[in-house]
Amino acid sequence: MQLESSQEAVARIPGISAAAFQSVEKELDTSPSLIELRNLNIHYGSFHAVNDVNLSIKQNSITAFIGPSGCGKSTVLRCINRMNDLIPSARVDGEILYHGQDVNARNVDPVEVRRRIGMVFQRPNPFPKSIYENVAWGARINGYKGNYDELVEASLVRAALWDEVKDKLKDSGLSLSGGQQQRLCIARALATNPDVILLDEPASALDPISTLKIEELLRELESDYTIVIVTHNMQQAARVSDRTVFFSLNENRQGILVESGPTQKMFTNPEDPRTEGYISGRFG
Amino acid sequence: MSSELISSASQISKAEYQPRVSARQTIGRIWRWVFFGSTALAIVLLGMLLWSVIGPGWNWLSWGLITNPPSRFPEKAGMNPAIWGSIWIVLGSGVAAFIMGLGTAIYLEEYAEKGRFNDFIQTNISNLAGVPSIVYGLLGLVVFVDLMHMGRTLIAGVLTMALLILPVVVISSREAIRAVPPSLREASYGLGATKWQTVWNHVLPSAFPGILTGIILAMSRAIGETAPLLVVGGASQVLWRPDGPFSTFMVMPLQIYNWTGRPHEEFEHLAAAAIIVLMIILLLMNSVAIGLRQHFSRKARW
Repeated sequence: MQLESSQEAVARIPGISAAAFQSVEKELDTSPSLIELRNLNIHYGSFHAVNDVNLSIKQNSITAFIGPSGCGKSTVLRCINRMNDLIPSARVDGEILYHGQDVNARNVDPVEVRRRIGMVFQRPNPFPKSIYENVAWGARINGYKGNYDELVEASLVRAALWDEVKDKLKDSGLSLSGGQQQRLCIARALATNPDVILLDEPASALDPISTLKIEELLRELESDYTIVIVTHNMQQAARVSDRTVFFSLNENRQGILVESGPTQKMFTNPEDPRTEGYISGRFG
Repeated sequence: MSSELISSASQISKAEYQPRVSARQTIGRIWRWVFFGSTALAIVLLGMLLWSVIGPGWNWLSWGLITNPPSRFPEKAGMNPAIWGSIWIVLGSGVAAFIMGLGTAIYLEEYAEKGRFNDFIQTNISNLAGVPSIVYGLLGLVVFVDLMHMGRTLIAGVLTMALLILPVVVISSREAIRAVPPSLREASYGLGATKWQTVWNHVLPSAFPGILTGIILAMSRAIGETAPLLVVGGASQVLWRPDGPFSTFMVMPLQIYNWTGRPHEEFEHLAAAAIIVLMIILLLMNSVAIGLRQHFSRKARW
């Protein structure tokens, strides 16, 4: 519909063709939102790191968080499954609604939240255990009663790693390459049967081929999971996500949400000049 | 923007650099020899110590020394009760300190809130590690021997020694737990693990080689420690090996101390032979522990 402006924008970002934008036909705005952030403020000690973020994340879609370093996008991501609880000085105000339930409410156990909202980290961090055990462990602690061999295989197949590791499931997870380790971490997250998967710059430590494999994988997982990915790589956001959220810093060096919307619109016809400046590479 | 960068870069003048590579290398070589010297000095001192013990003691080494009880006659005298006493003291205090010390370390590192209270505890534990051992002996005398009516028994000795090595165990275990990378904990929590599941399945296995090292060092200290046991226990001659926690006991360093204090020269040789036995037992104990550590560190690597 906005083909001309789209091509214009694409010309500004090297390495992206118009075909890179997927799911254009998807009517995203009508799909229900699974996670709602309302007036989210995050402090680290006396430092106000994230200032008043409001955002809704749609079910069965991929949402990308982009923005310059230090703008709080990873911080916001880690709030969603309460990983920030592990940082003693962090304080989270506002509401994070998941299925309408505030995950920070008193009666909500963070362990339950994290089982449903899984996470993949920036640096691959498999356990120093066998590949099999890496995948099975999360299910075991969550009381999985089914067939573990099938679960491990299914999870590794979904993470597009099965063919590479099926003959060495007893080997250490650390014997794999970086890209394989990251897919192992995704398989590990899938094995606990989460609803949402949060990925914090999952490909930043990987080579381009591994990165591409992770991106393809995310596309396949989208139909069954709600995915939120933080990335520094704008081409990645453009290639992989349905919706893009742009964070930046205000004059007090606090992280703010500048703009969010369908990825195609964000990259071709952003409303905020700061978004346009960032995606066209003028700053950040 | 880029032109600014270039202009500021051009201000860095090449003439300002004086690499003096060979001079820096010479300084490095000097330090290398300083370090070599300190190593060599330590080895020479150790060698002299060994020589001063092995020289007079070698001819007095015999099975009798290990199997016989003490005696007035140096030819028949042995230290069997002392060997058993030392083994029980070291194992008992090692197990007690391991349980208490590791528990404390886990609580302080993983559960307790970081803050002033935690720092206060940490400082106090570090200070306790520097308290003279005789003070622990007096504490044991008051608390275990008198207050708890244990008397001068093996159990009082074990508990006193456990208190003595506890600070070292706590400190080394805390360091080992702290060295486990946060990414491992994040991975575990991210899958919906509880704190205990994370600690038990990931933190402890990864920290275990380090924890074991601390225990080994602590137990090595316990086997050689004399002063506190002089106060709480075996100052007198004991002719039988301990047969339970409430029996009297003797330990090797005390036996050696006892023998060196006798007027006959033969007993001095006997003491030297006993030192050799003590060192051999220490060496055996340490090699078992090092073997265990290697085994565990091969399993847990991140």
